[in-house]
Amino acid sequence: MLPEWLDIGPVDQLPALGARTLPVRGGREIAIFHTANGEVYALANQCPHKAGPLSQGIVHDTTVTCPLHNWRISLVTGEALGEDKGCVPVIPVKIDGGRILIGRAAALAGVAA
Amino acid sequence: MTKPHLIVVGNGMAGCRAVEEILARDPARYRITIFGAEPHVNYNRIMLSPLLAGDKAFDDIVINDLAWYADNNIDLVTSDPVVAIDRKIQTVTARSGRVESYDKLILATGSDPFIIPVPGHDLQGVVSFRDMDDVGAMLRAADAGGPDGEPGRAVVIGGGLLGLEAAHGLSLRGMKVTVLHIMPTLMERQLDEAAGWLLKAALEARGQTILTGADTAEIYGQGKVEGVRLKDGREIPAALVVMAVGIRPNVKLARAAGLAIGRGVHVDDHLVTSDANILAVGECVEHNGLVYGLVAPLWDMCRSLADALVATPSGYSGSVTSTKLKVSGIDVFSAGDFSGGEGCEDIVLRDASRGVYKRVVVKGDRVVGAVLYGDTQDGNWYFDLLKRQADVAEIRDALIFGQAFASGGAASANPNAAVAALADDAEICGCNGVSKGKVVGAITGGAVTLDAVRSCTKASASCGSCTNLVESLLAITLGDAFDGERSAPTVCKCTSFTHEDVRRLILEKQLKAIPQVMQELHWTTPDGCSSCRPALNYYLLCAWPGEFVDDNQSRFVNERMHANIQKDGTYSVVPRMWGGVTNPKELRAIADVAEKYEARMVKVTGGQRLDIFGIKKEDLPAVWADLNAAGMVSGHAYAKALRTVKTCVGSEWCRFGTQDSTGLGIKTEQMTWGSFMPHKFKIAVSGCPRNCAEATIKDFGVICVDSGYELSIGGNGGIKLRGTDFLCKVTTEQEALDYCAAFIQLYREEARYLDRTAPWVERVGLEYIKQRIVEDAAGRAALTARFHQSQVFLQDDPWAKRAAGEDYKLHQHLAEIRPAPRTLEMA
Repeated sequence: MLPEWLDIGPVDQLPALGARTLPVRGGREIAIFHTANGEVYALANQCPHKAGPLSQGIVHDTTVTCPLHNWRISLVTGEALGEDKGCVPVIPVKIDGGRILIGRAAALAGVAA
Repeated sequence: MTKPHLIVVGNGMAGCRAVEEILARDPARYRITIFGAEPHVNYNRIMLSPLLAGDKAFDDIVINDLAWYADNNIDLVTSDPVVAIDRKIQTVTARSGRVESYDKLILATGSDPFIIPVPGHDLQGVVSFRDMDDVGAMLRAADAGGPDGEPGRAVVIGGGLLGLEAAHGLSLRGMKVTVLHIMPTLMERQLDEAAGWLLKAALEARGQTILTGADTAEIYGQGKVEGVRLKDGREIPAALVVMAVGIRPNVKLARAAGLAIGRGVHVDDHLVTSDANILAVGECVEHNGLVYGLVAPLWDMCRSLADALVATPSGYSGSVTSTKLKVSGIDVFSAGDFSGGEGCEDIVLRDASRGVYKRVVVKGDRVVGAVLYGDTQDGNWYFDLLKRQADVAEIRDALIFGQAFASGGAASANPNAAVAALADDAEICGCNGVSKGKVVGAITGGAVTLDAVRSCTKASASCGSCTNLVESLLAITLGDAFDGERSAPTVCKCTSFTHEDVRRLILEKQLKAIPQVMQELHWTTPDGCSSCRPALNYYLLCAWPGEFVDDNQSRFVNERMHANIQKDGTYSVVPRMWGGVTNPKELRAIADVAEKYEARMVKVTGGQRLDIFGIKKEDLPAVWADLNAAGMVSGHAYAKALRTVKTCVGSEWCRFGTQDSTGLGIKTEQMTWGSFMPHKFKIAVSGCPRNCAEATIKDFGVICVDSGYELSIGGNGGIKLRGTDFLCKVTTEQEALDYCAAFIQLYREEARYLDRTAPWVERVGLEYIKQRIVEDAAGRAALTARFHQSQVFLQDDPWAKRAAGEDYKLHQHLAEIRPAPRTLEMA
């Protein structure tokens, strides 16, 4: 049976208040974010507005500001905040023994079988 | 009839507390045997810190002495850990070979310190901070001292609660302590960034060295510890290394016995394991997916366990935990979830003069988390509200001020009403000693705006923390006549300060780090936002050249990547071409790069440079390396900085040229490149009044004429086209350069972040700038000197550093997922 969670490496590879990317062959790229508190979140690396690479935005609190047009996206729900409307897929993440695990099903959603 | 035999494995806090709870319910129910691995009676492990610090002796931290075991007929077996359980015949075997049979068995095996398996972790002098033996080793190291009578050096790996307590104890014992913490802030599980930063500053003030983001590569030494080497190459000499990076449940015995294990021993709501006759309690268990490393949940568990074994089963439903730092003299408290998230709102209070930071996280009128630094008096009150899930809608406005204030009735729940209730002689502004009566007097006397009150009473004019109080007084006194508007905008919604206030206070209060500015200036969010962070980063960079360490995460992506992000997420790259001049070698390098990295377009920019489009983030360092190899450096086309100096060919080629405009353009660019500014900055030098370089729509323009150089400022293309204002005329090239440097520095020091020169010049007025640059020769010279001083630190090529491997991770993927059969590849 395939594992439910994928180990994508140690937490210390993520800069604080920063993000890194995780390409998925045949699927959409994932952005992994690190907040000031050391929390880790993952979203599809595409702003719901004009598909801006969210991984390149400024992270503050539990939000990221898209680098293209400053939409603010919640890292927790993937929803656009403020006046903007839209949602980006959230990929479940957990930390175990200092390693980042992401939900396989959500990560591979949309990959051609 | 013989009583059933209850065996407890573990003579620590959980095991003995469980026994106490059972005895309290029915002292005659069981015959009890306790096995312990250590030679001691039951002691309070959380008091190891005071023991190390010398505040307590071992006798002070004993919970139950030998008499307690005797009085309760408990058979205590010390220094003989249980090594096996036979569940079929219900026996345990100890290391000595002793076998005992049980009717009920309680596992209270606690947890083991986590030892990072770096090279050298087994050297003599590497200890954990878990039991009496560890404390003994630490005390011996402290007593031994260093060579030549110097204090001994210790490294503590781990900046969590345990590590900081160990470091504190060792400092008090006279050792020179360095704390290595892999995360960017201390105690990141309990504290947010702001509180972690304050804690770090306080510990450093006590003489400890705190290195965050410090990743241990190895512990070195011949036979015994001599020091620690970090992955970045730094070496910290030490005779003692304390590993305090965490604990993990000790499940060895349970696993060997075949019990269900997750991260800890699985237990149900009655602390029963997968075997009905075996219970488990304390740090070794996993309940409902959670493992606890604090003492409070242990008490909850022991109560439920005793209920299950003796009285009516009550059931354990998990614990909400809070943490108080036990390092004496530093008050830190945290409880619940302070990581925020959807629907959560932060209420933040920063009182710089008292060194207080408080943050309460509220979700749907319920408190879900709290972090307190400097004043933890209300910690228990917040924790109680949190545990009770109390509705705080009524007291929400006053919640952050604490229990005394918030519970003071309806009057104080409304901040305006609370201010209205103050006596006339109550102090409003602590910095300038201004009373409420004086502020109200000023308002009734005609000072109807915040600025007016500031200028006639001084209230809120210094640190500004009373600004909200003054605004309340304006609102109360003027009623509807108070429009609530301030004349200058605040930096962003995180603060009530204007850009000008922030810039002035950074200098006055000598603020040198972003968290320090946020604390001292009472920011109302924990780590700012995407508007204020880049602004603060710039203001600090400008105020403290060479001293302030740039915060990469507070820069917009273009500056973080040293390239321009484009709509498809690729980047474009502009190498510098001094004065717009190039040569075959540079052109060849650009052509090669464009081909090699499959650039989709090469375009001439408006500033006479070549822009290479469609470069992938991961290729950027290689592109820069190739361009560097041809002698080209970053064009800063992405930065809030000097972009280009546009030129015409001037007297060297042109029939009409009066001066060497190309040469002056190159000199100007070589002087000004790399200079970070509030916004992008463009310069042009035209060789004659025909103005082919379009110098009159640049931030700084030079028009060469027969008799010298006409200088003009504040122009730009952009949405609102603006031609320059004439500043002055000078006669020599050197003067043109000096005035240029002075103007840039004035702009750097006084404009608001993201203001280009045009709106800034319009706001402050041309006369003001002429007065500072043209009329005040000494002032101009000082500005020029400050500009050159900051350039010493700013003029280095960011591309070269990246091409050499700095921050390489920014350009790489973390890993790659390839759907089955090969599922994952590490970067």
